[in-house]
Amino acid sequence: MNASLPIADRRARDMSSSATAVPAAHRKRHSALVRVTHWITMIAFIALLVSGGEIVLSHPRFYWGETGNVNMRPWLNLHLPSSRDTVPTGYGYVLPDQNGWSRYLHFQAAWLAVGTGLLYLLFGFFAGHFRRNLFPAASDLSLKQLGGSLVRHLRFERPDEEEAWSYNVLQQLTYLLVIFVLFPLMIWTGLAMSFGFASEFPLAVRLLGGQQTARSLHFLVTILLVLFLLIHVLMVLVAGFRNRMRAMITGRATPPNGVKL
Amino acid sequence: MSNISRRKFIITGLAVAGSASGIAVAAKVARHHGLIPPDAGGLYGPGETLTYAAQRLLTRHSMAREFPRSEISKNPFANEVDPLGEEFKRLQATSFVNWQVTVDGMAAWPASFSLADLRSFPPSTQITLNGCEEGWTYIAEWTGVPLSYVLDRVGALPRARYVVYRSIQSDWWESIDMADALHPQTLLAHRMNGNELPVPFGGPVRLRVPRQLGYKNVKYITRLTLTDNLKPFGKGRGGANADGGYAWYAGI
Repeated sequence: MNASLPIADRRARDMSSSATAVPAAHRKRHSALVRVTHWITMIAFIALLVSGGEIVLSHPRFYWGETGNVNMRPWLNLHLPSSRDTVPTGYGYVLPDQNGWSRYLHFQAAWLAVGTGLLYLLFGFFAGHFRRNLFPAASDLSLKQLGGSLVRHLRFERPDEEEAWSYNVLQQLTYLLVIFVLFPLMIWTGLAMSFGFASEFPLAVRLLGGQQTARSLHFLVTILLVLFLLIHVLMVLVAGFRNRMRAMITGRATPPNGVKL
Repeated sequence: MSNISRRKFIITGLAVAGSASGIAVAAKVARHHGLIPPDAGGLYGPGETLTYAAQRLLTRHSMAREFPRSEISKNPFANEVDPLGEEFKRLQATSFVNWQVTVDGMAAWPASFSLADLRSFPPSTQITLNGCEEGWTYIAEWTGVPLSYVLDRVGALPRARYVVYRSIQSDWWESIDMADALHPQTLLAHRMNGNELPVPFGGPVRLRVPRQLGYKNVKYITRLTLTDNLKPFGKGRGGANADGGYAWYAGI
């Protein structure tokens, strides 16, 4: 509709409509600490996912309780080929054993993720990141607001200009779930599988219902985290890949309804 | 350079220098307290060192979980082993009466013990979980002589830092630090679930170290060597599995 205006004029017009005095193209979106911890977590998560998947292949069956082995009935059999010939898979071949580096990488990446997570939590609580950006306003938690946000998501509606500079209530609740429920559950169920850890904190295993239950839960929470990752990436694509990536890399973004990138 | 960026530069420099010397001091202290595993070098060394050091600081004296008799697995899984050689079959033919476990290295009185000797030593019994790095587990009752008793008998020297233990299968050997070697639940196990230890589960003698994974629980033990240095053994990473790319410490 502004086709007759030169691009520069259009740009000026859009910027003048921005709510703040700061030039829109330079507005700050993410702090340095959020950006750095985001990308380190991504690297650690992918390493954990790849190595974890590899470890599962050496016994792609899951059990409840304390014990489980090929002489017992699994509640879940992934029906995948295995890297061990002792596992009855129905496949006529055995995959190569990769558990050496997989286990090394899994635990090293776990340390990286936990260290990064602690740094992020400190920053989140003490520098006000959680209060400012992640804890929903009380007014946002009404059913009407939640429903409205859900409907706008399902219609893939683009956010209005001011909303695009913050998280909406569904995003806030999802990130809180991932940060305060799913990640802690991964750490807990992961540690509960460690014989050394279990010897010092037996209650951590008993509360879960046993070591094999811990392994099963570790796998199920992985699926939830992968689901989160897929939706997260999909939403980034829908909301504008280049702009969102720029925001998470440089910390700055252009207004989504303004200059098209 | 403005004042602010100069200040930033100086603070960053001090932080980097501080962290570097901090890490150097930490490494020295960690080495002194035996918190560095033999496979601390290489790409995965940092993670492995953190895991081993954290568990040693936290769990040096902790006891592996024990279970009621009712939780003993009805169908334990023995896992497969490489074919047992002629020597094993010869010893098996005479019910292992000639089986010997030799203890040497840093000991005042190196000695060899027969199966009868081991059975005559004061036994210890535990009902514990045995788990494989692949993810499967079973619970069994194990009886044997605590390794600490045997080490005491041969007069293990205070300088010894590891026990290297070997299977009759020449390509299977492992080592543990003294924290695990002297731990009351570490056994030379010769009975399982009330019977003689079956051959598929490691009979006649298996090292039972219940705070670590199955691959450290070596079957068919013939020799223990006390040492303060793992470098001369194999590739120097402390075990056949570690030489093959697995972690030396398997408490996780």
